Order: sequence, then C-alpha cells, then structure tokens
Amino acid sequence: MEICRQDDALQISDLDPFLAELLRQIPESTNPDGAPAAEARLFSRPSAEKKICAEWKSYVEPELRRLFRSATETVTDDLTQLNGNEKSLSNCILHIPIAHADAWLNTLNQARLVIAAKYKFSDEELNDHDRSPIGSRRDLGLFQVNFYGFLQEFILREISG
Amino acid sequence: MKAQCDNIFFMSAVNAGQLEKGSASTVEAPIKEKETRSEEELDVPWQVVVHNDPVNLMTYVTMVFQRVFGYPREKAERHMLEVHQKGRSILWSGVREPAEFYVQQLHGYLLLATLEKVV
Repeated sequence: MEICRQDDALQISDLDPFLAELLRQIPESTNPDGAPAAEARLFSRPSAEKKICAEWKSYVEPELRRLFRSATETVTDDLTQLNGNEKSLSNCILHIPIAHADAWLNTLNQARLVIAAKYKFSDEELNDHDRSPIGSRRDLGLFQVNFYGFLQEFILREISG
Repeated sequence: MKAQCDNIFFMSAVNAGQLEKGSASTVEAPIKEKETRSEEELDVPWQVVVHNDPVNLMTYVTMVFQRVFGYPREKAERHMLEVHQKGRSILWSGVREPAEFYVQQLHGYLLLATLEKVV
C-alpha cells in the first residue's frame, strides 16, 4: 500500500485485499451497538452534575450523533471507490479529497474508540505497535486500531502542512 | 429567562421556539428568585478539563486544542502532554456559557472533556 498527497486529495494505492477490506470496515466499525462501553465512550458524560448530564442528553447528544453520522456517511461515500473486483485492487486508487479530511479523522477516531472499548484493550496493548501475528479476532481489532491510527497520522500531517 | 440560563450551553441545539416556550412558562413572582439563583450559578467560575485517553493520538489531541481554543502549537502541546502524563489538564476557565460550548466542541472531536466548577 502506498499513501501520498496528490494536489487536493490524499491518495491510497497498491492496496492488497486485506487492507482494502479493513478500509471498507471503517464505517461499520463505528457502530457501538451491543457494546455499552463503546456507546459510553462515544457519548461520554460532560460533568459530574446530574442536571448538566440530563440536559446534555436531551440537547447536545442528538447534535453529536448527527455530526458523527454525517462524517461516517462522507467516508462511506468515498469508500465506494473500492467496490468491485478484488483482483483489480492493485490498480485501484482511493482518492480522499482534502475537504473530507475532517470527516475521515472523525470517523477513524470513532472506529478506533469503539473497537478499543469493545475489546477493552489495555494501555500496554495499545502501545504495542509491533504485535504480530494476527491470531484472533481480538488481534485483528488491535491491528485495525493501529492501522486506522496510521491513517489518522498521515491525514493530520497533510492538513497541518 | 430560566431556560436561557439553565440551557445556555445548548444554545446551538435549542431553537428560538423552545426558548420562547420556556420564557412563557415562567410567572411573575418567582422569576426574581430563579434569575438570581441562575446568575449566581453562572458567576461561579467553571473549568474545562480534558482527561487522558489512551486511544486518541497525541498529534490529534494537539490539533484539537489548537482548533477549539486557538492556542499556538507550543501551548497546545503543553496541555496535551499534561493530559498524557498527569491524566488531566485544565484547558480553560471562566464563565459557564463558553465553558459549556468548549466542552461540546471537544466532545465533537471525541475527546474526554468535562465541565467542572472551580473549587
């Protein structure tokens, strides 16, 4: 896989089927359904005061849900470029418009937080970037967190000049 | 007035109609008392606290601090490192309305942020 900046877009090329599948799984990975810890992490408490939390749930949380959903939809649309024949992935290039960079950062962050909460990764696991091989679904989850983090780092570097 | 004071940090989410309803539902006599209490609450200094999170990238957190608070990179990095090393950092303190708005923005970036009264 190669990733670079091309004019007003980020370009990911030379994708192998495995990484392409991980990219396709980004939107789905943001879904905290069935994992209360993940839901609690995405919509964390704003205060120790009950009154503030109650008002937040009524007024702010719906706005946050809209924001997160909108970002995820943008990423989902961009990822339609990966639909098609797996054998042609080596020639497939994913273009991410710089204008979509914030949506990607947000969605990748949602995905990383949800996966980390679902698997309850420890600090040590999250800091072990050389862990291999992938022998379980949990290992794959950790790989996803690291891979999505790598994409975030690249996007951040490009948008901050 | 009560609705305006109590829900001040939800201004972006509350439409004018809802505020008007809140105003209309108050009655003459207790208004003064409620207003005073709300103003007292608002006068208490509040602080915006960001808590450590092992998932969010350090570079990401720094960028968020720069964007939300307009801090220069060095100051944003100092706060980021404080969060990372001490578990929390006070990013801003002052009156309640902007403090609430900052917390809302930080949650939009998925940081662990809380609003706390200054003790």
